[in-house]
Amino acid sequence: MSFTLDERLSAPLMDPAAEAGYAEHPPRMGFFTDTSVCIGCKACEVACKEWNAIPEGGLDLTGMSYDNSVGLGASTWRHVAFVEQATPNRDAVDLGMPSVPQGALQDDRELRWLMASDVCKHCTHAACLDVCPTGSLFRTEFGTVVVQEDICNGCGYCVPACPYGVIDLRPGDGRAWKCTLCYDRLGAGLEPACAKACPTDSIQYGPLDELRDRAAERVDALHEAGAEQARLYGHDPADGVGGDGAFFLLLDEPEVYGLPPDPVVTTRDLPAMWRRAAVAAAGTVAAVAAAFLGCRR
Amino acid sequence: MSPREQPAVPPAEARRAPDFRSYYGRPILKRPTWKNPDVPVYLFAGGLAGASAVLAELAAATGRPGLARTARLGAAGGALAGAGLLVHDLGRPARFLNMLRMLKITSPLSVGSWILAPFSGLTTAAAAAELTGVAPALGRVAGVGAAALGGPMTTYTAVLLSDTAVPAWHDAYRELPVVFAASAVSAAGGLGLLGAGAGENAPAARLGAGGAAVELAASAVLERRLGEIGAKYSTGRAGRWMAAARALSAAGMVGALTGRGQRRVAAVSGLALLAGSLALRFGVFHAGMASAADPRDTIVPQRRRLDAARPAGTEPGPQPSPTRGVTTT
Repeated sequence: MSFTLDERLSAPLMDPAAEAGYAEHPPRMGFFTDTSVCIGCKACEVACKEWNAIPEGGLDLTGMSYDNSVGLGASTWRHVAFVEQATPNRDAVDLGMPSVPQGALQDDRELRWLMASDVCKHCTHAACLDVCPTGSLFRTEFGTVVVQEDICNGCGYCVPACPYGVIDLRPGDGRAWKCTLCYDRLGAGLEPACAKACPTDSIQYGPLDELRDRAAERVDALHEAGAEQARLYGHDPADGVGGDGAFFLLLDEPEVYGLPPDPVVTTRDLPAMWRRAAVAAAGTVAAVAAAFLGCRR
Repeated sequence: MSPREQPAVPPAEARRAPDFRSYYGRPILKRPTWKNPDVPVYLFAGGLAGASAVLAELAAATGRPGLARTARLGAAGGALAGAGLLVHDLGRPARFLNMLRMLKITSPLSVGSWILAPFSGLTTAAAAAELTGVAPALGRVAGVGAAALGGPMTTYTAVLLSDTAVPAWHDAYRELPVVFAASAVSAAGGLGLLGAGAGENAPAARLGAGGAAVELAASAVLERRLGEIGAKYSTGRAGRWMAAARALSAAGMVGALTGRGQRRVAAVSGLALLAGSLALRFGVFHAGMASAADPRDTIVPQRRRLDAARPAGTEPGPQPSPTRGVTTT
């Protein structure tokens, strides 16, 4: 199979494992995280820590609702976001129950609690993998992106390359770490630990094609039920990263959950960058040569 | 109210509501783990070395042994310092050889390692021959080889920074190679002014002044074209470094043009050009750090792009007003 430069860098790409050189491989596997049924139990965070033997990442009381793990990082591969919002009251039926004064909330507003379990997106066009100079980050036969910790030398290039702010170096260890989509479990035919532990099936694991179909049905059902704000995020192979291997159903704009609204893989512009750098390098040589021209001793 | 009755909590200040939504005002991107001052000094040292390697061979070819000697030592010193800083910056320095495990065109750091490794070997050989007088012909060959890699040495670091998701670095990919090349040329000219006598320093003076002029112009263009994101180069720590870079480069430029005949003026001008180039690298480094830490730089341009692409008449419904989850700045 052959691929154009555009397909290799940023254009829609149906089969990233084939692009990475696997002649035969299993279907692309991924996550569909349906945040509309997330109950914020953090079982995914705990299961991930346990299965992958991740050290603790510091204990803070952040004041950010029930979120005390703050965000994804070298030692947090699943992160549950908690957002408390006041929304217009949708004519709730009065059950005649005694009510508690709601503080700053007026009668025409009600509290909405958004919870979402975030994870590495396993991008079709993964900038972390593109920029890794050692080959430590690689594409697996399942189409996922994994760090080989025995090769990583902690150069840190993947950290600012990730448009989602997922991967990071672990202090004291020096190497880069992130979600592996439980590569060890996948090989044994098991589902990742977080999906296994999720009590509401908010985290669904499976072949990406199936998940995309299931997600489209789910978002239609939610729209019919009156949840107009439901939308998919990261499902579109035509987006700036070629679509995510781990995508989401959200109930508000992505940035409300700490996700970039329209991320683009930085290497999309790399050919233009190299061209500019080559011209400027030639300019350096030309400038030095020019400085000697007509110079009398 | 008596002092004893003052509230324990200061009155809430009216704060400007942010014009974008975010998750508790937290940045989207991770803070780059590249160390300060390792990385900005490495950018400077690599640039200085690259331009000096080219300068050295042309100086030798045109019969300017003093200038050639200074530039050869500068090239080797800059290359070795740069390589050392790069290794020190690694999370696992003992694994630095993994940088040469593969050559990967999509990784500017891989390409850069393959430029830096032979470059530092060749410049060291050339400088050793220069200092010891042993095997001058081999030294000359090494020097020419280093000069061939000198141009790429001055600009690959611009791609290194631009090929990230950090808005102030990525969006600058058009100008940054020119800024870095000019900064490198200016530094090499500055080193030539510092080390070579008045009889030989005319090319160095021209180079220093020309490099500084292009550096000033290109960084001004960069800041202006980047608009709101470009403000990261003019405010905060980055802004102070960039202002210092402008002042030093401008002073060095004037000194190089007017006073290269006087040994002391030439040396001070050379130092100013070197310091200006170094300050510019710190400025660019800190602009990126500030940009990565600011959720606004990531969210607002992306949100604007999405809204512009949305077909007319499909405005989103009324948005819930957050009680928490969005902080004011």
